[in-house]
Amino acid sequence: MSQVDTANPAVEPVEAFTKLEQNGAALMPLRKAGLARFSESGYSTLRDEDWRFTNVKPIAELPFRPTIDPLGQGIGQDQLGNVTFGQLDADRLVFVDGHFNADLSQIGDQPSGVTVTHLVSGLAGLEREAGSLSGGDDNPFVALNDAFFTDGALIRIADNQCLTKPVHLLFVTTAGKDGEAAHIRNWIIAGANSQGTIIESHLSLGQAATVTNVVTETRIGDGANLEHVKFQDQSAKAFHLASLHSELGRDARYAFHSIALGARLSRNNLRMRLAKPGIECVLNGLYMMRGQQLADHHMIVEHAAPHCDSHEYFNGILDDQSRGVFHGRILVQPGAQKTDAKQTNKNLLLSDDATANTKPQLEIYADDVKCTHGATIGEMDDDSIFYLRTRGLDPSTARRMLLHGFAGEIVERIRHDAVREELDALVWGRLEAVHKFD
Amino acid sequence: MRADTDTIDEFVASDYKYGFVTDIESESIKPGLGEETVRFISAKKNEPEWLLEWRLKALRCWEKLECPTWPHVDYPPVDFQDISYYSAPKKKGDGPKSLDEVDPKLLETYEKLGVPLHERARLAGVAVDAVFDSESIGTTFKEDLAKAGVIFCSISEAVQEYPELVKKHLGTVVPYTDNFYATLNSAVFSDGSFVYIPKGTRCPMELSTYFRINAANTGQFERTLIIAEEGSHVSYLEGCTAPMRDENQLHAAVVELIALDNAEIKYSTVQNWYPGDEQGRGGIYNFVTKRGLCKTSAKISWTQVETGSAITWKYPSVILKGDNSTGEFYSVALTNNMQQADTGTKMVHLGKNTRSTIVSKGISAGRGQNSYRGLVQVGKKATNARNFSQCDSLLIGDQCGAHTFPYIEAKNPSANIEHEATTSKIGEDQIFYCNQRGLETQDAVNMIVNGFCKEVFRELPMEFAMEAQKLLDVSLEGSVG
Repeated sequence: MSQVDTANPAVEPVEAFTKLEQNGAALMPLRKAGLARFSESGYSTLRDEDWRFTNVKPIAELPFRPTIDPLGQGIGQDQLGNVTFGQLDADRLVFVDGHFNADLSQIGDQPSGVTVTHLVSGLAGLEREAGSLSGGDDNPFVALNDAFFTDGALIRIADNQCLTKPVHLLFVTTAGKDGEAAHIRNWIIAGANSQGTIIESHLSLGQAATVTNVVTETRIGDGANLEHVKFQDQSAKAFHLASLHSELGRDARYAFHSIALGARLSRNNLRMRLAKPGIECVLNGLYMMRGQQLADHHMIVEHAAPHCDSHEYFNGILDDQSRGVFHGRILVQPGAQKTDAKQTNKNLLLSDDATANTKPQLEIYADDVKCTHGATIGEMDDDSIFYLRTRGLDPSTARRMLLHGFAGEIVERIRHDAVREELDALVWGRLEAVHKFD
Repeated sequence: MRADTDTIDEFVASDYKYGFVTDIESESIKPGLGEETVRFISAKKNEPEWLLEWRLKALRCWEKLECPTWPHVDYPPVDFQDISYYSAPKKKGDGPKSLDEVDPKLLETYEKLGVPLHERARLAGVAVDAVFDSESIGTTFKEDLAKAGVIFCSISEAVQEYPELVKKHLGTVVPYTDNFYATLNSAVFSDGSFVYIPKGTRCPMELSTYFRINAANTGQFERTLIIAEEGSHVSYLEGCTAPMRDENQLHAAVVELIALDNAEIKYSTVQNWYPGDEQGRGGIYNFVTKRGLCKTSAKISWTQVETGSAITWKYPSVILKGDNSTGEFYSVALTNNMQQADTGTKMVHLGKNTRSTIVSKGISAGRGQNSYRGLVQVGKKATNARNFSQCDSLLIGDQCGAHTFPYIEAKNPSANIEHEATTSKIGEDQIFYCNQRGLETQDAVNMIVNGFCKEVFRELPMEFAMEAQKLLDVSLEGSVG
């Protein structure tokens, strides 16, 4: 593993720690342990099995500049008016370079028992929860996040409560210097039988090679029903690293949608633990890459209790020299009988230079289970185009239909109407603007 | 559930019928591995200088390598200094000129194993090369094959008789730097089979090698090289057994196949090394590197039935270098008791219009762990590459495991790759259905398992298909899902 670039320490860890201590002294043990873990491991390399296809060397080579303080230039409401989900009727928490911005945020009336705030303000008494779900992970970026996270969202829904409006978490980077890194930590705690929709979007206003490193821990209670939409559309120079750690209660429903359109390199680690019976977990993702972009989804779904269902659907559209990486691992522990796990990854290669790497894995230690996986890589199917042409469609319309259908398959799984419609229009527009159909 | 457990216990108790030891004087070297071991083996075989050099290069390379830990198997580390790297039945004088001079005890052994070595076995129509510990003891039908121009002999003999062929091809598909066990094999390989099929020739009979480990504390490191010249065709079978012993024995073989333009090689294996007892004591560690190279329009087909070995670690692969070449892999792997298997294939598509098919059937019973690990790689220039992979797992009992680790990498948009995997068990409803049609529960299980494996058995030559089917029936004795 490579070492941190100590030759160019734009920010000294010690200095950073002094400032971070003001956010809560109780978090210092977590931060110190994180830093120690990271100093031990360094950045991952291609020799690590989990990072075989995703080279983080460009990140390791950037100067180390965690945005411990808010960056000087503030942004105004006008700059956020037109962003995706900017007009959505939702409670909005806005974070600029990893720092909460109260002026841009708006929180309406949520029922009593619902807390929607930023982490630093709602921290008291919860410090011990930090890292309780992500702690066992050996991902070096989780260790870095433990050490340097500045803020993030805190959403708590009490038992039997609903979010009356979706909560929109908007993370914006404004950084103008290469290597400026926002470390964000989100906590979502949904009580028993609670419900809600959470939208998480990541955008860049600057054009520098910035790093966003977000760790989200979600604890979902018995019978809770949560939908989580993650939309990542950062600049083509940005690096995006995310790690989601979820623990689900009995009969809980959790749907996570990942729409990855931006960033030079994006990596989503999804770690789902299904340790109570009756859980239904859906992981649904679409990545549309072009230029030199790379999108990597890496998930481990652990079935540790019987009668749980998990479904993973990931579609990728890869153009130019872009790359799509998918690693799905379904782990069925002994005793997790009647598991129903399904996993599909489909990749559409639109250019001679695009690459897809896929690794759908099953690891099964119980006998009464239904587990299937499937993966395909290929260009648009000639037979399907021919079929449409026999129906009188011209070639470009046929191709357009297939491509929209391929992307739409994923988008239409989003249950929240307004969110789905906005994303559908956005994906449609993006495909029309970028791809030549003739 | 109680009934299930009982029958599984019974199943665990089923016998390994090839577990006898032949009492024969043999010549082994002291355990340990170093330059002198390699020099000893090389001198013993009277090898030319270049081959000794090649072995020594491999040894130096091996000393720098680390034992791989990535397979999904679990075993205590192997002490490579505690293994004897050479063991052979003691020869009287110059060694046998023909099978008639071979020690009758050895022939008896093969008779017991059901391998026909005598010419009277002509009816079977299979030419056999029998390898006993480190040494090939005899090859049948040599004259008949020679008429067709086919060379079929032990690799030691080939080094003496056809050094230019061996020198040209040895290590071209699996280089001595390839991986830990292949490198070890390159340094200390003792014997194995050599096949050369001349241009445009269809080999008149099936060729077969029968491997037998007999001596204790030895490792078997055989090396097989098959060269099929342009437009030729050969079908090759391989079988293996070993005595029952409490300690683990290492078997690290290398097989290289070279199919030149329009040639076809069909390689079938029925692997039945001693699997160890129900507690996981003893058994063979089967760490094998098998790889084939296809030139233009050539075809290589691997078929394997893996029922033995404590641990199997084996990925018969095909490099589809030539345009229009084809690779196939058909596998049935059964793990029972404490057996572990991590097996699969690599299909590397480099040429245009290359095609590959993978059908893998894993059966886990008892506390067996069965993994499929495969790679389908499509290079940038491999336009119109096609792959279809199917890996199915069948679980018998609730303490076993079935895993799949496929890797799919495509760099060409015209590639068409499909991968499917399913996991199922033998359901009580299926058994019930068969019972009410008058079938015994055991017959029902055999029938379901055979049906599950049918696609693979179909690819085996007929005699082998029968043997494989019987082997599965025996291994599954007493089991109910």
